[in-house]
Amino acid sequence: MNRRKFAVSLLALAILALFALGVWTYQQRVQKAQTQAVEQQTDRLVRAHAPTFGPASAPVTVVEFFDPACETCRAFYPIVKDILRQYPQEVRLVIRYAPFHAGSDQVVQLLETARLQDKYQPVLEALLASQPQWADHGQPRIDVAVQHAEQAGLNIEKAKLDAQRPEVQAVLKQDMEDLVALQITKTPSFFVNGRGLPSFGEAQLRDLVAEAVAQAKAMPEK
Amino acid sequence: MNRPWSLLVLAWLLASAATLGALFLGEVMGMTPCVLCWYQRIFMFPLAIVLGIAAFTGDRRGAFYSLWLALGGLCIASYHTLLVAGWIPKTWTPCGSGVSCANQKLDLFNGAIQIPWLSLAAFAMLVLLLITYLRKTAR
Repeated sequence: MNRRKFAVSLLALAILALFALGVWTYQQRVQKAQTQAVEQQTDRLVRAHAPTFGPASAPVTVVEFFDPACETCRAFYPIVKDILRQYPQEVRLVIRYAPFHAGSDQVVQLLETARLQDKYQPVLEALLASQPQWADHGQPRIDVAVQHAEQAGLNIEKAKLDAQRPEVQAVLKQDMEDLVALQITKTPSFFVNGRGLPSFGEAQLRDLVAEAVAQAKAMPEK
Repeated sequence: MNRPWSLLVLAWLLASAATLGALFLGEVMGMTPCVLCWYQRIFMFPLAIVLGIAAFTGDRRGAFYSLWLALGGLCIASYHTLLVAGWIPKTWTPCGSGVSCANQKLDLFNGAIQIPWLSLAAFAMLVLLLITYLRKTAR
């Protein structure tokens, strides 16, 4: 390799390294700002109105900011379910809505009305399973989502009336406010006992949960 | 001679910085590019690759191809700069959905720099560097 080729290769490596460093620095700073926002407003993380899975007395609380139209949330659903199965007594899941996609707010309303009818989990699972059919990001087909919810056992007539109830509207409004305050911009975002993931990924989530469970076991409540 | 070649390297570094800068703004900081930004990206991104290969192999023709890409980008960036500056009447184009090219917050460092200016400066510098290189290497 002659000198020029060597110089160009070296420069290319230097540029990429610089870029990677810039990305890393920026992301660290964003994450730090978010961690601070969460630490200062822990009351915004878990709200009494939020749907939960798992025992209320569980020492480890996993908060998931969730968008029913988000593909990654769909992909994480079995993982989260598996974590709950793995720690049936130790972990509870709190779902907060982050309807970032067009039409997601209507699907969230559908979920909330399903909760009033005690059909939350079957409707949630039906909506996630059928997500590719209704959640076209340009043109969401809410009518298709409604069909799938109905097949899962939701009484649509009742749901339509319930959707107008102020408490259903209030849930969505409160969740939207908390998103801004906590600087949540992506779904799913996970917090384990108030701590965010060091970086996004399944292994990171499982590790953080395992760590929190181990901590809770080491310090049993009186 | 080594001097014309360093112009090529300089052009490549400039194109790489602009490309990675655009990727940083878009992918890392999450700024959604408007349509005009996309056209400027279409002209800028290949420059980072073509000029890299040209500098690596010392191929003069790479600079020739790049010049036309840079000129295309220069046109779009000029239009975008004029649009942001408010010199182009808003009546020329109707509003559509999506990100506005004229009213998006495009400034960096608290409004000190508009992104289209940076793009215009990069394309103009590239055109200058490439023309100088091509002249110096002309036989």
